[in-house]
Amino acid sequence: MTSETMIEMSSVHKWFGELHVLNDINLKVTKGEKIVICGPSGSGKSTLIRCINRLEEHQRGEIVVEGTELTNDNRSVEKIRGEVGMVFQQFNLFPHLSILDNCSLAPIWVRKLPKVEAREKAMEYLKRVQIDDQAHKYPAQLSGGQQQRAAIARALCMEPRIMLFDEPTSALDPEMIKEVLDVMVGLAEGGMTMIVVTHEMGFAKEVADKIIFMDEGQIVESKNPTDFFSNPESERTKTFLSQIL
Amino acid sequence: MSEINKNITPPVIEIGILGWLRKNLFSTWYNTILTLIGLYFIYLIIPPLLSWIFFDATFSGTTREDCTSSGACWVFIKQNMKLIIYGLYPSDELWRINIAYFLLTVSIIYLLIPNLKYKGIVGVFLLFVFPIICIFLFSGGLGLENVETRLWGGLFLTLVIAGVGIVLSLPIGIMLALGRRSKLPVVSLLSTIFIEIWRGVPLITVLFMASNMFPLFMPEGVNFDKLIRALIGVMFFSAAYLAEVVRGGLQAMPKGQYEASQAAGLTYWKMMALIILPQSLKVVIPAIIGSFIALFKDTTLVLIIGLFDFLGIIQFVGTNPDWLGFSHEGYVFAAAIFWVFCFGMSRYSQRLEKKLDTGH
Repeated sequence: MTSETMIEMSSVHKWFGELHVLNDINLKVTKGEKIVICGPSGSGKSTLIRCINRLEEHQRGEIVVEGTELTNDNRSVEKIRGEVGMVFQQFNLFPHLSILDNCSLAPIWVRKLPKVEAREKAMEYLKRVQIDDQAHKYPAQLSGGQQQRAAIARALCMEPRIMLFDEPTSALDPEMIKEVLDVMVGLAEGGMTMIVVTHEMGFAKEVADKIIFMDEGQIVESKNPTDFFSNPESERTKTFLSQIL
Repeated sequence: MSEINKNITPPVIEIGILGWLRKNLFSTWYNTILTLIGLYFIYLIIPPLLSWIFFDATFSGTTREDCTSSGACWVFIKQNMKLIIYGLYPSDELWRINIAYFLLTVSIIYLLIPNLKYKGIVGVFLLFVFPIICIFLFSGGLGLENVETRLWGGLFLTLVIAGVGIVLSLPIGIMLALGRRSKLPVVSLLSTIFIEIWRGVPLITVLFMASNMFPLFMPEGVNFDKLIRALIGVMFFSAAYLAEVVRGGLQAMPKGQYEASQAAGLTYWKMMALIILPQSLKVVIPAIIGSFIALFKDTTLVLIIGLFDFLGIIQFVGTNPDWLGFSHEGYVFAAAIFWVFCFGMSRYSQRLEKKLDTGH
């Protein structure tokens, strides 16, 4: 595997008011690496990945994404957002646009692709997540699982080099979780660099190169899946695992 | 397991006209009493009104002497129609207004017919090209004789004021709403001050200021047209209200929509234009059209600064010695025309809502 560094976070801190939500985060992600972040709610895992595309601002430390440091400079933020795709817990599709328009909007307006080309590409990705037959419907007409797959396709249409997933299956009915996870597994097998916040430990076992356990804003444990499940060091990890497994 | 019986129909008393009557008008004893009282009032009011307006009314003739019946004298309206529609605009130049009426009517009808092509082009024409044509047509220039705005009046003037107000106040209102929610403190503060000042002042005061006070602050010799001053007043007044309406829509947007747009790399203006405003404006269509309707009716206030709009001119012709005593006809006619315009806007708002509904 190449060891090209995609994301590097060094000594990152963030506070919400007095609350220390990220406490000295150091994380290096190389190309093609799949990282799963888990931890109790409020542990800062969502905030961590939201810092990577600047949906949240970090207050101390340094975040470098593909050689560009995230600063207040809008150009660096725009550049990084172009490279990083994100999938949300609540899908966040644009309800006033058809699925196809949801997917082709950013390529047309950000990447400046010609409309026809953007739509062709959107159809291609919708096919890949197996909802190309829903392309002309509106988000409200789709099931949760279909909406989340559409959201994944929308992110992929920008041809990102990194994908962030923020609890992508937490808002789904149980029978729809698998169809979304299958898409994510396929994506991982294709070599995408991924950071996934999730509690789906089956997915973590199958796909992750590294599992990170966070608690109270800190990275408590960071191991490959085998060691993580069979040989956790910290008490907090053990407690957490005993609760969710 | 019992079989599903498909042959049972609902009791006759529950369906059809009888069912409806029973359910809505005679469901309880007090509902029945209210229904009967209501019917009695309808009986008291409607037949006399109808006979005044239609059956006993006089439609033909040229002078007041022709009106001998007990009903309305529509001859009064007919004889003064030119004034009511065009104001004091010179007779030889009326074709200019007629062209504008024609273009406006054709474009609107075109836009109302469903499933026609090139609606976008017609819309752009109506919003951007048509007003420029109107400026030259109405006031002169490009070889057309100059017509002073003090001669403008009647329905023509009402439509000019309402049209300018509606077309310009919405974009200004949107900008003010975005400004008020801006993260930049200066922009936000200035927008808020602007909105609150205009909203805090009655329109009459605004018009008085525009017509009487404003010239005092201008250097000598500088003279803005009175109509333009009134237009600017109406426009900002309406924009301040619309800004608050639009802000309500913006606040109804879930945070996820902003985040998804940002994560996709959209800049602030693209995010607003493509994602946030289309959704939030849709939410507040009824309130926006409500503001437009209020604006349309408020144009009658320009009477107090000496502009003779539709209602003003009807009042004015009512004071003509030849036609004294026919003000009822005038006001009923004015009310009917205002109602037609406002009801039209209201229906259009409902259509728009239905059309833009994507089920969320």
